[in-house]
Amino acid sequence: MDLQNAWNVARKDFKIYRRKPSVIYATVAMPLIVGVVFPLIVDYSMSRGAKSLTAAAAPGLMDSFSIWFIIAAAIIPTAIASYSLVGEKIQRSLEPMLATPMSDGDILLGKTLSALLLPLGALYTGSVSFMVLLDTFTHGLLGYNYYPNWHIAAILFAAPFAALLSVEVNVIISARMTDVRSAQQSGALLMLPFVGVFLASELGFFELNDTNLVILAGVLAAVSVAMFFVAKAAFQREEILTRWK
Amino acid sequence: MIDTENLTKNFGNVRAVDSVTLHVDGGEVFGFLGPNGAGKTTTVRMLACLVGKSSGSARIGEYEIANKEDQPKIRRMIGLLTENVGLYEELSAYDNLDFYGRFYKLAEQKRRERIEYLLKLLELWDKRDVAAGTFSKGMKQKLAIARALIHDPEVLFLDEPTANLDPEASKTVRDFIVELKKEKRTIFLNTHLLDEAERVCDRVAILKTRLISIGSPQELRHSLSGRRVKVQLQHVDDSMVAAVKKMGYQLGEVTANSIVVSLKDPENENPAILRSIQSAGGRVVFVTEVGPSLEDVYLKLVRGE
Repeated sequence: MDLQNAWNVARKDFKIYRRKPSVIYATVAMPLIVGVVFPLIVDYSMSRGAKSLTAAAAPGLMDSFSIWFIIAAAIIPTAIASYSLVGEKIQRSLEPMLATPMSDGDILLGKTLSALLLPLGALYTGSVSFMVLLDTFTHGLLGYNYYPNWHIAAILFAAPFAALLSVEVNVIISARMTDVRSAQQSGALLMLPFVGVFLASELGFFELNDTNLVILAGVLAAVSVAMFFVAKAAFQREEILTRWK
Repeated sequence: MIDTENLTKNFGNVRAVDSVTLHVDGGEVFGFLGPNGAGKTTTVRMLACLVGKSSGSARIGEYEIANKEDQPKIRRMIGLLTENVGLYEELSAYDNLDFYGRFYKLAEQKRRERIEYLLKLLELWDKRDVAAGTFSKGMKQKLAIARALIHDPEVLFLDEPTANLDPEASKTVRDFIVELKKEKRTIFLNTHLLDEAERVCDRVAILKTRLISIGSPQELRHSLSGRRVKVQLQHVDDSMVAAVKKMGYQLGEVTANSIVVSLKDPENENPAILRSIQSAGGRVVFVTEVGPSLEDVYLKLVRGE
């Protein structure tokens, strides 16, 4: 695999995204909500007099909110990956690119990078905002800075695998879709298992503690590896030119 | 430069290309003619290593298209203008070319020079920073040709380069192909426009899944329909027509003042025909050879007449 070729593909996609505000908005919206709006909700919860958030309940609420970084990691690449692949299909620009000396793997890696890097950048920026704001808001209540801690570290460790899985699923979905919106809608269904895990933990079926989060990251990594081979099979020159409709 | 032997491609139970055997010399402009669905694009895609063959073999230069190690080398030595231009509409003309130039590992300075040369040659240099999406169809096609030439390939595959273009844009593209021909580049031109093939190609092949015929446009015209002579007269009457028929010649179109006669050797047979017409009272104005057009040949072959 030629990393220079892959980076060239990603670089080109970044140039295109710069001219597509909708892609940028879709990428930053959710990290903004999780990184800024959720801390503001915690701050608001602490200022409600008798019903205000207690020092005992605050860590649980913050941990619940932080899980959304994994859910966001699964959703955000959907917008970019779908646009990146179905957009090429619509513009019929894949054939000229496939006629160059680069390998299918170079293109797939380039597309993966372009769909991963922006969302991950936005997520990690959002996580910094999340931690700084919450520490600022809750230091008085808790008497110490809650972040950084192992819980958020485990979440931010699992997030790239969720994002990678999302990109791979979108590559497979994009092979069957002819318009960006349908691809995005289908790709967004990937968030359902993550929301399911979140709800199950909230309902007390199991605890999303540091250990379980690391196990979740391991499962996501294993599934990502398996899905890579499926995505690679879908991303063959001949498949793309003759079966991608 | 391009050799195929019984090259065949099946998609499931459908045979898209059937046992195509051909040879294209280096520096030759080779036209690949055929109706829609004849297998022209599939053949080019096989030769460009974009889709695999089902059977047979093909070589570009010294490289075999089915050999995995040869495939990147083939892609490096060919340029492909796809049927759909497939430009990145949000990117400028310059960025479109720069993106492709990088895949051929052209050094930055060389890449810049090459882009400038091609954009100037195709009169797009002034629009280098303009998004390709704003270009007219003709400009987009020219940019796509520049993209195919960015690495100065030895072999150029052009798939329907003037399809969907207005006459002026078509002429610009066709003139450019003629310019490329002067550079002694091997050009494989897929087209269904016979006029285009006749104007720019050294040889043409007619494909309808199988290769029906191959040769220079002139050879194809002669091989199929022989030669025809149009005798222009002051007026034509039945006795003149009967006189020619009596000599055993096949008549073509007969009008009020002309008779078209099919014959094998006009240089030797014309005097006898003219004497016969004159004996029947005809006054000859002039005599011209009217060969069948490539279109006549094409239609006859493709329809299996």
